[in-house]
Amino acid sequence: MKYQSQKIALAYIYVALALFTVQVLMGLVLGYIYVQPNFLSEVLPFNIVRMLHTNSLVVWLLTGFFGAAYFLIPEEAEREIHSPALAYIQLLILVVGTAGVVVTYLFNLFEGNFLLGKEGREFLEQPKWVKVGIVVAALIFLFNVTMTVLKGRKTAVANILLLGLWGLALLFLFAFYNPANLALDKQYWWYVIHLWVEGVWELIMASILAFLMLKLTGVDREVVEKWLYVIVATALFSGILGTGHHYYWIGLPGYWQWIGTIFSSLEVIPFFAMMSFAFVMVWKGRRNHPNKAALLWSLGCATLAFFGAGVWGFLHTLHPVNYYTHGTQITAAHGHLAFFGAYVALNLAMFTYMMPILKGRDPFNQVLNMASFWLMSGGMVFMTVTLTFAGTVQTHLQRVLGMNYMEVQDQLSIFFWMRFGSGLAVVLGVFLFLYAILVPGREVVKPGPVVRASTEPAQ
Amino acid sequence: MSAPPQGLAAEPLEQLPGDLMMWVLIVSELLVFGAGLAAFLSVRLSDPAGFADAQDQLHRAAAGVNTLVLVTSGFFAARASRACLAGRPRQVRALLALAMALGGVFLLVKGLEYAEAIGAGLFLETHPFFTFYYLLTGFHAAHVLAGIVILSLVGWKASPQNLEVGTAFWHMVDLVWVILFPVIYLLR
Repeated sequence: MKYQSQKIALAYIYVALALFTVQVLMGLVLGYIYVQPNFLSEVLPFNIVRMLHTNSLVVWLLTGFFGAAYFLIPEEAEREIHSPALAYIQLLILVVGTAGVVVTYLFNLFEGNFLLGKEGREFLEQPKWVKVGIVVAALIFLFNVTMTVLKGRKTAVANILLLGLWGLALLFLFAFYNPANLALDKQYWWYVIHLWVEGVWELIMASILAFLMLKLTGVDREVVEKWLYVIVATALFSGILGTGHHYYWIGLPGYWQWIGTIFSSLEVIPFFAMMSFAFVMVWKGRRNHPNKAALLWSLGCATLAFFGAGVWGFLHTLHPVNYYTHGTQITAAHGHLAFFGAYVALNLAMFTYMMPILKGRDPFNQVLNMASFWLMSGGMVFMTVTLTFAGTVQTHLQRVLGMNYMEVQDQLSIFFWMRFGSGLAVVLGVFLFLYAILVPGREVVKPGPVVRASTEPAQ
Repeated sequence: MSAPPQGLAAEPLEQLPGDLMMWVLIVSELLVFGAGLAAFLSVRLSDPAGFADAQDQLHRAAAGVNTLVLVTSGFFAARASRACLAGRPRQVRALLALAMALGGVFLLVKGLEYAEAIGAGLFLETHPFFTFYYLLTGFHAAHVLAGIVILSLVGWKASPQNLEVGTAFWHMVDLVWVILFPVIYLLR
């Protein structure tokens, strides 16, 4: 650890990991409710669990981004964070807000209250006071990191990270605008939801990935920056007007069908570029960094993001296709692998990279961490494939043959059982990851003898 | 980003005139317009007669004049780039001003065309043909406007590198129009 204030990241990592655990446990409960619909139906209804599952996902990813930024910015700017105290206050606000959200969702004490009641917009259900808290926390954060960068060295990695984080905070302001007209409500709602995950978050992702590549592969900064610019340009070019792919069937003018179809088809390009970037950097890299697990997560992130966000997104983004698949399990398949690949794996890669440095340990025995990568990713890929089959069957039965919704759900039960199984694998993978990263390894594994492949023909 | 680093770009990429980022943008634009035209042609298959009738409402002569205007403008921009290499800053600015003025003429003619179509009650939602017509030519016109801004910027900070970047964009705008024009206005 070069700078003392990088320690701030540690607190953020712990909070993020705690929420991550909540998220996957809620996911497991949801998976079980799909196959046993009466499970907890009185105490913890499906819609509440779903809110907890998605909200905790977003909050822990954000917390992880903040933590990553507090680690990355000092190293890029070559100076300490402007004010560590502010960083802890920011975290406190986020934790209090999150606790408030959980209490509000579970017990619903303030139904209908302007300030305290939940707001009822999918993913933006948080009561207004929590939204205000998020904005205050974001402002504190932006002030803190921007001051650090302004006083320090300016690099493309830090600048693009800041651009992404500023965009994230500014776009969140649309969460406060809630028109009575449902079509307009949805139109602005996507300014937060879409322009986050398919816009500014991609900038955050690209810059964090670039930072990891710089550190892990030792490729020249110039080369990394050039890739970074190309990735960011293609992400914004396709992603901003790609918002149109949410405007097909919500009452907006028909031309959005073509704008959305054409631009969102190109959203696969930045994800392909990020995957190529990661692999090319590793091939070109001269440095043999000991933290192999962080490298595995980085490559896994870029690859699974390409498939989850890029390929599975393209699968249903053309409006003539989406006409049939909209809101089926195809969407769930895409959502799971996209979030896991692009943002979960990214955070876990960064945590895996940061932890040994923050703890002042040698990169300890990472076999468990790597095993958790395969278990979690394997589970998630299996879940995605399962849900894709479920979605295909559902699309045909429900949208082509016109069977009714509940009848179709019955037909899908085999897939939902398999999804529950794969969810179990993911949760086990998460526990394994937590153990691997929180409990210090006691042995440093020495590499075995190098076996060189023979170039001579067999005798 | 001027010094070409080893690594990302193989040799051929390093030999691109101007800046790599401009070429990323140009390729992206061509993909978008290409996809738009492909979609236009596919939808046209479902209703050739309707598309032909709709096309008859357009002002072909105006679009033909605009083609000449834009290609001539591209010529002046290319001369400006050459003049910059030869180190004649006054000539660079004069040629760029001509190119930009012709861009302005293009927009004026296009504006008159739109006014005529709207006056005749032809809107985005009137017919699929007009959805594509307005989207494609509208996006293109927005790029003409952006191109004029870019040309003014590279005229202000004139250097051979900047001129190459600016004219590359301007030629892309040219190229897209040269493809849009026959497909939308002339194809029967």
